[in-house]
Amino acid sequence: MIPASFSYRRAESLDDALRWLAEDPQGSKLVAGGHSLLPLMKMRLAAPRRLIDIARVSELIGIREQSGAIVIGAGTVHRDLAGHPDVRQKLPALAEAAGKIGDLQVRNRGTIGGSLSHADPSADLPAALMALAATVDIAGPAGERSLAVEEMMVAPLVTGLAPDEVLVRVRVPIPAAGSRSVYLKHPHPASGYALAGVAVAVTLEPAGAVTAARVAVTGAGVVPFRATDAETVLIGDRLTPARIAEAAKAAAAAGEFAGDALMSAEYRRQLCRVYVERAISALVD
Amino acid sequence: MNNQDTVQVTMTVNGRTRVEQVEPRLLLAHFLRDHLGLTGTHIGCDTSQCGACTVLLDGQAVKSCTVLAVQADHQAVTTVEGLGQRGGLHPVQQAFWDKHGLQCGFCTPGVMMTAVGLLQQNPTPTSEEIREGLDGVICRCTGYETIVRAVAEAAAVMAGEAGPSAAAANE
Repeated sequence: MIPASFSYRRAESLDDALRWLAEDPQGSKLVAGGHSLLPLMKMRLAAPRRLIDIARVSELIGIREQSGAIVIGAGTVHRDLAGHPDVRQKLPALAEAAGKIGDLQVRNRGTIGGSLSHADPSADLPAALMALAATVDIAGPAGERSLAVEEMMVAPLVTGLAPDEVLVRVRVPIPAAGSRSVYLKHPHPASGYALAGVAVAVTLEPAGAVTAARVAVTGAGVVPFRATDAETVLIGDRLTPARIAEAAKAAAAAGEFAGDALMSAEYRRQLCRVYVERAISALVD
Repeated sequence: MNNQDTVQVTMTVNGRTRVEQVEPRLLLAHFLRDHLGLTGTHIGCDTSQCGACTVLLDGQAVKSCTVLAVQADHQAVTTVEGLGQRGGLHPVQQAFWDKHGLQCGFCTPGVMMTAVGLLQQNPTPTSEEIREGLDGVICRCTGYETIVRAVAEAAAVMAGEAGPSAAAANE
């Protein structure tokens, strides 16, 4: 399969990318690893007039700690995210999610910014990033703005990004002492996409009381979502099997599920409930 | 620039510098096969699933059906042709031979390049890590058992140990 013709420019800087994007926002697409975009172009589901390659814009690549957050350049590949010592230690749910994307070859090419800008409803990263309260920095003609990852995921393949904007970096606040997080995935046996991917982050006091909790689900629902009702159930006394089950029920009630060729909406809701319960349980000693 | 315009790419392929004019839409897999005649890189599914087209791009295993040739400009590509020679096989090639890591052979170039990429990231993988590392390749013949044994053998040889005695090779 061969993509439709397009013209190609390689940006050396974010300024290049913004300037060229502004010339034809509707007809242009940014490409870094290309592992979401190129399959669409090969199937002729996308036919941009121009590709702007941002894979070598050094200011978009890398992971660093800055003012209480881990800051991840949009062009950082999944392999580097999954293997980064600070990410593994401080943001385990994110390292686990990145390490479960696609396969080894895909993780060598695919980027965090590309995944978020593509907004596949079964992508692994949105759940982990929502549970970890991440935000994205977006550059546009008028300067920079920030969005919560929840605001990025508008609908399947639809994001809060305007056609003339560039996702520049992802900021993940470093969780308070006593925090734990996990990403648990039920992959489709053939494609590996998440049929349910659940990320949970909690902050526990030494005695086990829960002072903060965030629960996010990808794959099972129509779009990745945060289950705030489940979070409310979790905050308070120490986690018991009964409260975990109640939170899982709340998460399943919060999502919007749709049936398709693979499974019914009810099955997806059930999968969501079971995986939320297992994910929270995995955080309890 | 008109859409049909070609651009120049310079690539080091198996150690040799190649300069070619290509359409931006040309896939790396087609560049290697059709422009350079390196048909050891196979195209199976053409949808980034099967991994038959896997090559090393600056040392990392990538699916060349999902990379544009222009994206690899000024980078180094290693295909199966660059892995070893007759009489001097790469340890991964030798292990696939010794452990019967193939039947029909169609997927083999991609599987071996993936294995080389895996061993670069993790020189001492467990049997489970080998299976995870090979998640991005599909073999319809072997059932993967002999492939996993071959990769374990190659890892042991490359680590300088006696091959067959390594734990994972015997699983």
